[in-house]
Amino acid sequence: MNSVEGVAIASRGGAPSIFLSNITKAYGETVALSDVSLDLRTSEVHALLGENGAGKTTLMKILYGLTQPDSGQIKADGVALQINSPRDARAAGIGMVTQHFSLVKNMTVVENIALAIARTFSLDLDSVRDAVVAASTRYGLEVPPDAIIGSLPIGLQQRVEILKALMSGCSYLILDEPTAVLGPQDIDSLLEVITQLRSEAKIGVVLISHKMAEIEKIADRVSVLRRGKVVSSSLANGITSKELITLMVGEQESGVVLRSESQSHGRDPILVLDSVVVKMEIGGLNNVSLDVRPGEIVGIAGVSGNGQTELVNILSGTLSIDSGTIAVEGATLTQNTPQLLMRAGVGMLGEDRHASAVHALQVMENLVLDCVDNFATKVQLNRKKMLEHCESAINQFEIKATAKQVFGTLSGGNMQKVLLARLFSRKPKVAIISQPTRGLDVMATSYVRSLISKARLDGTAVLLVSEDLDEVLELADRVAVMYRGSVIGVVDGANASREKIGELMAGIVR
Amino acid sequence: MKVRFTLRSSMPWWRGPMLMGAAALVTFLISAIVIRWAGGSPFAAARYMFISPLQSKFGLTEAVLSATPLVFTGAAVAIAFRAGYWNIGAEGQLLAGTIGATLVGINAESLPRFVGVPLILLSGMLFGAFWALSPALLRTRLGIDEVVTTLLLNPVALLLITGLLNGPWRNTETGFPDSDVIADSTKLWIIWPDTRVHFGLAVGVVIIGLCWWFVGKMSGGLKLRAVGLAPGAARIAGLPVERTLLATALVSGAIAGLGGASEVAGVAHQLTTGISNSFGYTGVIVATLAALSFIGTLFVALLFGVITVGSFSASRALQIPSTIGELVQAILLLTIVSALVIKKYQVVWTRSKSQVRD
Repeated sequence: MNSVEGVAIASRGGAPSIFLSNITKAYGETVALSDVSLDLRTSEVHALLGENGAGKTTLMKILYGLTQPDSGQIKADGVALQINSPRDARAAGIGMVTQHFSLVKNMTVVENIALAIARTFSLDLDSVRDAVVAASTRYGLEVPPDAIIGSLPIGLQQRVEILKALMSGCSYLILDEPTAVLGPQDIDSLLEVITQLRSEAKIGVVLISHKMAEIEKIADRVSVLRRGKVVSSSLANGITSKELITLMVGEQESGVVLRSESQSHGRDPILVLDSVVVKMEIGGLNNVSLDVRPGEIVGIAGVSGNGQTELVNILSGTLSIDSGTIAVEGATLTQNTPQLLMRAGVGMLGEDRHASAVHALQVMENLVLDCVDNFATKVQLNRKKMLEHCESAINQFEIKATAKQVFGTLSGGNMQKVLLARLFSRKPKVAIISQPTRGLDVMATSYVRSLISKARLDGTAVLLVSEDLDEVLELADRVAVMYRGSVIGVVDGANASREKIGELMAGIVR
Repeated sequence: MKVRFTLRSSMPWWRGPMLMGAAALVTFLISAIVIRWAGGSPFAAARYMFISPLQSKFGLTEAVLSATPLVFTGAAVAIAFRAGYWNIGAEGQLLAGTIGATLVGINAESLPRFVGVPLILLSGMLFGAFWALSPALLRTRLGIDEVVTTLLLNPVALLLITGLLNGPWRNTETGFPDSDVIADSTKLWIIWPDTRVHFGLAVGVVIIGLCWWFVGKMSGGLKLRAVGLAPGAARIAGLPVERTLLATALVSGAIAGLGGASEVAGVAHQLTTGISNSFGYTGVIVATLAALSFIGTLFVALLFGVITVGSFSASRALQIPSTIGELVQAILLLTIVSALVIKKYQVVWTRSKSQVRD
């Protein structure tokens, strides 16, 4: 990455003092990071941007010692660093605040910080308290030292986490999507704190974020990760959100998509969402209206965290709606429970295949889990019927497994095929498919995509939620873009331009 | 040095039996130290404990009799654990069952026996299920952990019995805090002539069979296992997780309560405060040792019956305390559970990396 060093001179930050060079990390067949190089400097806010699965979190976990790279090196001031644990990372001056706080809820602020910094056998809480007060003044991080953590709002708990990291002596602070858990006011004050830490305490902040606005506002440098590679690392000055989104989702126009003419024209929509609202402290859905016709794939695009997960959850029945309606084939559902949705003909492929199946059960048992009663004569399980069903699914969906194999021993691609077989063998009228190819290899990916197109030809209404914009563009007849919990625009898939979708993803409507 | 456990990907067929053999050997070695310490010969003790009960009709039938309540409580615990409902309250549910049985037993004069026996068993089941109801509702409605609630209801059941026996149910003839003897029409049939082995054992074996059939062969059983193994995935598949847990908890309580009724109507024929020799707690051990398999539960219960009877003869013959039986059971639990872990996981000793670093 020559470009990385090229811009180094111009940055407002100090000289690069922590170098990550040529880091590669694979989980099984999936390459999470491939030959990634990055440098950190003090007095600088370095934003790290990328879709989920692009490798940001893995990179930071390596830096913080939570996992080790397969190859590559970390150097501090020219000396090779071996970071095997968070303890090593902290010794090297690297602190991290994860999305899930590591605070003891029933203890006070001072006690929590004492847990992190006290190194002596006897504990002098008063002196820790003094240190907390001094540090909070110094860094501009006001916290009530004697309050119980559990009684504090989330924004203050986060401050305690940051203060804790600073007081254990770090000069680099990794913040993993810190604003994802905050409301608007708290976001503003956090951004102020970050700016102050950079300018006054000379801290190097690594900010992992999806939110363009805050990156534009406070980042000095932006690095974009895409599919495990650093695709860009440059000064933040003058770069626009639109450019960043283009970098995140990739530039190459997908080749000619061989797509048969949609058969959905003129047919009544089968799934209709009307002004659906889900109120949540963070996120939620804000007046989502959407319809999907039979034989049509509607793709959902959007920067992660703009309501896609909530949309999938209300359609799987795991999140209930506050107002608005969901109708299937013209019949409005009284409640969106999993059972009612399933009975209405809505099938689901969840984004986490591990959470959607019982690992310790056999393939054939998992395959019938959502319709066990169809495989019983009276009340007794008809294992012969299950076996036949499973073997035909294994043939039809090219699953590399035996019927009696334990599900947990399958590869990711084959797990996904089993779950798709479970979904499609019920012949659902509506299929909600979320992140179908995340973590799959190339072969499995193209096979899974072909299954989804086939379902469309069979007349299924498909709602495809994917963070992979290529996938959405390849498959969808229409692309609905979500922004801040609502559908900000719907683009016709055949002539959707990346540019137009990128603008919508950044919240720009023209 | 660090210890890590990694899942074994495959395992030769002989590893399971070999580990169980090793567990038995380790159990013997540890027990031998204690028995030696108590002044007995370990080999003689082992013979008295495991062999001699099987050599006489009396020993054998007493062992079967001791095993009977454990068959019920073991099955009750196993079915609940299979559904992921951690019912530690089989003891209290069994005691509630004894109350239900006694209520019928002391008020059921002049009934034909084929009415009285089903009635006393049914009453035990209902009381057991009732005792299991409130923790199950707290768990499924409010998410309150059932381990604590079921456990804490155990002494409550015992205190209730103590209260009843010192109050309304005090023995009318002797004045002791034991209930009156139950009506003949509600006493269980003796199924092995000239011994105390009673109809309760047959009921227990049928319960084991029903549980095995339900969990392994019925559609409801597959749902139950799915809920127990991965509740999240079960919910996504549209299975009624809470309803399954509630139903399983009640069935588990009913089975334990039936075990209580079997003790009252089959052996004791009256309610006493000592009616349960910790059968509910031992049931947890029995089910765990059987790795939650129902057929296994039956055999482990019988083994425990043999150890209970054998420890008494060992104690008499060798002048060592009879609690040695419970000691052996406890050591067996620890070694078998260790063996199950080693069977499933590979133990890897690693030197931590920072030490390796130059």
